[in-house]
Amino acid sequence: MELQQHPHKGLSSHVCGECCTRIEGIGVTRSGQRVLEDISLHLHCGELTTLVGPNGAGKSTLLRTLLGELPHSGAIHFLPVFGHGRKDAPAIGYVPQQLDFDRFSPISVQDAFSSALSAWPAAIWHSGRARMRTKEALTAVEAGHLINRKLGELSGGELQRVLLALALTPVPNLLLLDEPLSGIDLPGRELFYRTVAELRRRFDLSILMVSHDLVGVTAVSDRIVFLDRRIVCAGTAAEVIAHPEVRRTFGFDLVAPAPVLS
Amino acid sequence: MNVWHHLIGSLPFAWAQFAFMRTALLAVLIVSPLFALMGTLVVNNRMAFFSDAIGHASLTGIGLGVLLGMADPLVALVAFALFLGLGIVALQRVTHAAMDTVISLSMSGSIALGVVLLSRGGNFNKFSHYLVGDLLSITPGEIGQLALTSFFVGGGLLLGYNRILLIGLNESLARSRGLSLWWTQMLFCAAVVMVVTMNLSWVGILIINAMLIVPAAGARNLAANARQYLFYAIGIGLFSGVAGLIASYYANTATGASIVLVAMGCYLATLGIKATRAALAAERTSRAAARVK
Repeated sequence: MELQQHPHKGLSSHVCGECCTRIEGIGVTRSGQRVLEDISLHLHCGELTTLVGPNGAGKSTLLRTLLGELPHSGAIHFLPVFGHGRKDAPAIGYVPQQLDFDRFSPISVQDAFSSALSAWPAAIWHSGRARMRTKEALTAVEAGHLINRKLGELSGGELQRVLLALALTPVPNLLLLDEPLSGIDLPGRELFYRTVAELRRRFDLSILMVSHDLVGVTAVSDRIVFLDRRIVCAGTAAEVIAHPEVRRTFGFDLVAPAPVLS
Repeated sequence: MNVWHHLIGSLPFAWAQFAFMRTALLAVLIVSPLFALMGTLVVNNRMAFFSDAIGHASLTGIGLGVLLGMADPLVALVAFALFLGLGIVALQRVTHAAMDTVISLSMSGSIALGVVLLSRGGNFNKFSHYLVGDLLSITPGEIGQLALTSFFVGGGLLLGYNRILLIGLNESLARSRGLSLWWTQMLFCAAVVMVVTMNLSWVGILIINAMLIVPAAGARNLAANARQYLFYAIGIGLFSGVAGLIASYYANTATGASIVLVAMGCYLATLGIKATRAALAAERTSRAAARVK
């Protein structure tokens, strides 16, 4: 992956802290039900924000709204827009929750990358450039050896890393991760978190991640937002974990004392 | 054209002496690769039921053409199939109803309408050749038309191949990469409609969908990537097309159905190959495990 040249010249860090996605008073109604209400959130570049909340809290809906899939009230501003996105939107990288696809489809990892990166039909020819970029992207997430494997044959953890590599090629302005780790074993999780931490260090991008694993994400998140149709609370991991509604949802008071953060 | 007839006519086979067989062979060679390419995408994107509906609903298109007094109902056929196909996609996009329900409704409704229109006055038999297909409907003049449509539709499919593949993989993922789902899907459906309706009269309404699905389904059993997938599908399509055509000449049977039967045979063979491969792989693994012990 090439390091992104930041347009705000003269900054010592490649992370400027200025580019951001401003979500202002978003509301979403689906089949008569209010699923998101008055969501306001600023996502700064170089920052990882984690969304937690109970099932049906609207976490995935918020990501899909950012992707432009759902009609909504309120406004989303991407400021300033740079990179390779369309005129009115930044480039968004997206890693779906669980890739709902036909596991018997004869689509290799290289095919998926070529179809996203190149105009040559993947069934006919992979351009040298697409091959090279695929190799680089996969190597960065320790998945270089998977390039010729069939997508349907990958394990859950392997598939998530491949999808992450795809979302990062080319490096987006905003990276959306929808529960990237549900159903993934511990070594797979650790590798994924390590990759994400590395990403934040190297690239100038904002990351918004949905997670069920409140304890696991504290180490990598700059900020945690607890969502239950509206934003219940937002702040550092310690602040969010102390919130009564969060404690109730995750059952911290029932089973054990709140986890101690190092 | 003359070169083709001369070339094939010089073959020492009985069927090669007939002009309609030589024309039909050319048609098979032109459309089989196109069916294969389209079939791989239709199966990947889980649209097999959609293309089936387009084929069956063509009955209504023919009925409307007859009602309007057209000598050749092809125009009415294409127009109605386009209307129905794009209508299904639009309806699904707007209502978010389950795709199979939307398709089943549209298909049942239009078959009923088609049968009612064509059976007026008790003359349905007059149109039964549309159900099973008629090889003689491919005239030398139509070959040019078929080749031209195949060229443009095939080219369009190759241009859109990557987009269609990505959308089939995951719609949100495709959208995050800036693809317009609406236009890609509409154009792809229009391409399916063109291929199905153009070949309807010689293949037959009852089995036109099998021409798309069976070679692709067989190829899936063997392929590990998109290139092999297309390659095997074209192989199965061409083989069953040519073998089915020649078999139908000697057995005096409907050509479309004969082709589909050969393709089904190929499909069963791929199942066998797949099972054999899996068994061999399992044996290798267990032998390697034994060696480690």
